[in-house]
Amino acid sequence: MRTNLMMTAAAGAILATGMTTAAMADGHATDLTLCWAAWDPANSLIELSKDFEEQSGHTMNFEFVPWTSFADRMLNELNSGGQLCDLMIGDSQWIGGGAENGHYVKLNDFFDANGITMDDFLPATVTGYAEWPKNTPNYYALPAYADVVGWTYRKDWFERPELQVEFMDTYGRALDVPANLAELKDIAEFFQGRDIDGTTVYGAAIYTERGSEGITMGVTNVLYNYGFEYENPDQPYDIDGFVNSAGAVEGLQFYKDLYDVGTPPGSSNWYMGENIDAYRSGQVAMQMNFAFIWPGVEADENVGGGNSGYFPNPAGPAGQFAQLGGQGISVVAYSEKQDAALEYIQWFAQPEVQQRWWDLGGASALRAVVEDPDFATSQPYAQTFLDSMAIVKDFWAEPAYADLLIPMQERMHNFVIAGDGTAQEALDGLVRDWIEVFEDEGKI
Amino acid sequence: MTYSPIDRAAAKTPDGVARRIRGLSDRTIAWIFVAPTIFLLLAVNIFPLIWTIRLSFTNFRVNRPNNAVEWVGLRNYERILTDPDVWNTMQATAHFLIWTITLQVLIGFTLAYLINKKFRGNDLWTTIIVFPMMLSPAVVGNFWTFLYQPQIGLFNYVVAFFTGVDPASFSMIGDVHLAPWAIVIADTWMWTPFVMLICLAGLRSIPDSIYEAAECDRASKWRQFWTITIPMALPFLMLAVLFRGIENFKMFDLVVQLTGGGPGNTTTLTSIDLKREAFEKWRTGYSSAYAVILFVTVFGLASIYVKALNKVKER
Repeated sequence: MRTNLMMTAAAGAILATGMTTAAMADGHATDLTLCWAAWDPANSLIELSKDFEEQSGHTMNFEFVPWTSFADRMLNELNSGGQLCDLMIGDSQWIGGGAENGHYVKLNDFFDANGITMDDFLPATVTGYAEWPKNTPNYYALPAYADVVGWTYRKDWFERPELQVEFMDTYGRALDVPANLAELKDIAEFFQGRDIDGTTVYGAAIYTERGSEGITMGVTNVLYNYGFEYENPDQPYDIDGFVNSAGAVEGLQFYKDLYDVGTPPGSSNWYMGENIDAYRSGQVAMQMNFAFIWPGVEADENVGGGNSGYFPNPAGPAGQFAQLGGQGISVVAYSEKQDAALEYIQWFAQPEVQQRWWDLGGASALRAVVEDPDFATSQPYAQTFLDSMAIVKDFWAEPAYADLLIPMQERMHNFVIAGDGTAQEALDGLVRDWIEVFEDEGKI
Repeated sequence: MTYSPIDRAAAKTPDGVARRIRGLSDRTIAWIFVAPTIFLLLAVNIFPLIWTIRLSFTNFRVNRPNNAVEWVGLRNYERILTDPDVWNTMQATAHFLIWTITLQVLIGFTLAYLINKKFRGNDLWTTIIVFPMMLSPAVVGNFWTFLYQPQIGLFNYVVAFFTGVDPASFSMIGDVHLAPWAIVIADTWMWTPFVMLICLAGLRSIPDSIYEAAECDRASKWRQFWTITIPMALPFLMLAVLFRGIENFKMFDLVVQLTGGGPGNTTTLTSIDLKREAFEKWRTGYSSAYAVILFVTVFGLASIYVKALNKVKER
């Protein structure tokens, strides 16, 4: 593996030299703009891209938008045929719309011509970030940032002898990483309202946000593990009985119970940022969040440095799955600088660049990086990241994904947070909403 | 002989220009002056309105440029008017409108009445009271989110101080019963000063001679208030209600920042719902019909109200 990396590095250096010479000699040094969300990994990408600027002679500009308005801002840009972005690291759910509406350049020929193969990337990320239609070899993005929902917990609290004893007395087992969702709820309940070092703390910070995609990205982690399916595996878009199966209803009820008994008061509209803040400030014993936060947790002076541990989304009665996050990088079809944008993708796909991406706090989806024997021990959260990436499922990536997401946000928030109706009614309502969308789309 | 500014301007007009416009009628010159404004109004207001009405009869979606646009007649209107969720947002908007206007008028008028009295520090108090309306709604939304935090929020602690309940036992923005009031309180805090300023203008426009005459007639303060102050300040009060009504009907930023429309749909006002339909679901035709319905509603109510206001002013 190391030898391969060395050879690829050498090839990359030759390629880079060629790129620079070509760009400079032709006077084609270009100003490229890359659009992404404003979050920690974006800062790592700026750092990483300095190498590209040096090697290619192109200049990289960045347009980063906070997650809560990222979809609004960038989908407006794409729908209006805007030329602000030459490269787009768009959300995984945009891939269908990006492909069908002609926003993204199809990359198959480019990959073939440059020896980039999707076999080199984690299969889940290829399906999730690059392919449309799913499970067909039509690529509109290169997997750029592998991400998945997982859990962070206060290892230092879990290890306290007095809490260990009390937990054992109450639940008859050791206070440790939960083996399943039911155990996770017990732990959340155990910490809820507890006094630790003079501060009242709570069980878990979970996703409850209403405005964008928060509660959907949270509740699916439970629904999947209780038997929720998006559709009949044998008949696409046949959703009745799968979305609202008995298991799915039980799972949704579980998420509401967890919210009711194990989350901080006032956490009715929390997503990534709020969960991070609650965890770092010592308000909660556990937090649900995407893996991108883990480097930041490790570096934090309060909760990092061995005080935190990580575990994949625990199993439920129907299996163990986790919500996929992450994004692929695409070339925007309206860009007039597509050649330079493709150069960036070619550079980004190189193994040594991907390795540096991981080292800087990014999350590579390249197998050469994540399957390296040293990877699992490279960071305290690396093994959890690998385990989590192996169990991912993703939300719809249809062109109409937003039409599907909004009713789910509405139905889930109405039931889990507002306590309106029953879990069965919420999921039955969701089925009706989604059927209407698919009818409008002409899919059924 | 004295020359008016117009005569002086005419004398300075270059001969060439003067010759060209000499033959133009006053009406033509008037049209030349107003034409740019009319053109702008047509381009910025009237054309988009007509275009929106046209789109409201189609299934157009701006994020599907390759799809054929079909004429769907009144289907969009029918779907909106028979959708219980839309009626729920209308109810939430009505609750928000009625309570914010009522509270703002009551508190705003009371403050104006007090500020209108001559006392030491009058100007300082006016400045302090007016401060909230100088802030951006997004800032106010964010600010109140912290105030409403059950664990660290000042609001919960104040309530706890007076009632004895545990501050962490209730969440203003997370509870379906409290969230509609949370947005009413924040909006009232922000916009009461605006109503106060309008009322103050009304109170200061009442001549002292009327009160002096009432004093001569030995009218009590209470009677003066009801027969002089209120009737003469009423047009200003009605104007304040009109401004706040129109503003709050399209309320968006403050509420989105504060509750995001939740919990559930409890604080999803029509403007938030419309934005979701138009720019998240990208149902352009449907949302155009929605916008037309809201426009007709506001325009109709405002027209009736303005007629009533004119009648009050004529009295």
